Amino acid sequence: MKTRWQLVIFLGLGLCWIIAAPALGLATGGPSAPAPETEGPPWWFWPLILFAVTFIMGILAVLGGVGGGVLFVPIISGFFPFHLDFVRGCGLLVALSGALAAGPGLLKMNLASLRLAIPVALIASTCAIIGAMLGLALPTNIVQIALGLTIMGICVLMLTARKSELPDVQKPDRLSSTLRIYGVYQEGSTGQIVDWKIHRTPLGLCLFVLIGIMAGMFGLGAGWANVPVLNLVMGAPLKISVATSKFLLSITDTSAAWIYLNQGCVIPMMVVPSLVGIMLGSFVGVRVLAVTKPAVVRWIVIGMLAFAGVKAFLKGLGI
Amino acid sequence: MAEKASQDIKARPEQLIYAAILEKGMFIGLAVLLITFIIYAFGIIEPYIPLDEISRYWSMNVHDYLHHANIKGGWSWVRLLKYSDFLNFIGIAILAGVTIISYVAIIPILVRTKDWAYAIFAVAEVLILGLAASGLLAVGH
Repeated sequence: MKTRWQLVIFLGLGLCWIIAAPALGLATGGPSAPAPETEGPPWWFWPLILFAVTFIMGILAVLGGVGGGVLFVPIISGFFPFHLDFVRGCGLLVALSGALAAGPGLLKMNLASLRLAIPVALIASTCAIIGAMLGLALPTNIVQIALGLTIMGICVLMLTARKSELPDVQKPDRLSSTLRIYGVYQEGSTGQIVDWKIHRTPLGLCLFVLIGIMAGMFGLGAGWANVPVLNLVMGAPLKISVATSKFLLSITDTSAAWIYLNQGCVIPMMVVPSLVGIMLGSFVGVRVLAVTKPAVVRWIVIGMLAFAGVKAFLKGLGI
Repeated sequence: MAEKASQDIKARPEQLIYAAILEKGMFIGLAVLLITFIIYAFGIIEPYIPLDEISRYWSMNVHDYLHHANIKGGWSWVRLLKYSDFLNFIGIAILAGVTIISYVAIIPILVRTKDWAYAIFAVAEVLILGLAASGLLAVGH
């Protein structure tokens, strides 16, 4: 445990040092062109702040029970000088990396279901491509307004959505039976073996059309929408829904990330500090979770999201 | 009975193979990304856009950025790999590509078990992700 903490501190300080190294005259090579006359802080200021903010974001995301991607795009686009195009590209890579880090373990534990994810992912990833193309084709202010509205909608969803540990699925629908979408898992806390199946599959799949488009258009991870649809609409147990949703992001965000990558919306000096910041923050967040009241933090996260959503909305309106 | 339950709890073979490839790809991608970022930030290899000019570009929209920096979209970054900033794209491409490899790996298992619907879904997913990765889908403001 102590070694892990030391590793986190070491990596965090290391990244700060790496970003600040050229500014401290530690870089050995580097640009041959003379430094341009620019107003404002030096170039390394924003990546360093980005790292610090994403680190805190990573902690809050775990405590608030949301994905890092959903916090990243509205907050970074609202309060940093980066254009929304790059923030969305970066947000997708942040959400993708988080999903890739969690996915293998969840699949091995059989909490994330590949059988449930494959048909859903096919629809969501196809629509994420359409969403990404739409998002890049539309004027920035329109996307910003839509992003603001979506974020405010997410706040409402977070405040109102119920959760069901083990939804009562009387009879699986014909499609899920044909595709053999069912499974068994062991509830870790009780040791109980839980058989699960799903219903309302066609409706759930239709909703993933919308989720995919929004994920691609705004560069948000879509866990906030995946979980309610898998859990409340399709009737998958909460644990299976959360785990499959997290894994699902690795596929949905892959398709949209390629669109943004090919379009040139990726600046490594933004991506790496964000990615490492969120990952280290999430690691610390898991530890902090044991000693905090998640309900309080959840309110803080909802408040932050609402503020960022209003800010994005007003920015889109030019106010 | 208990034995059957414990077998059911275990993930299916294709799921385990998918997970194993995803895990390896994730670790390799992240390691490459961190190493190339160190090379970039320390100026060990010259970047295409000098570090002290990067802040000029990140507030532009992507169209203006590509135009002013004289960068082409799609896979043109491969031709710029001699620059340290574009070296970072190797790690990013690995992270964005590992899902495609994982899907390709499970297709033979799905075919062998005559799980035709899922084999078709997996092939379709590879095609969709391949299309996204190809750079053929061009858009612009």
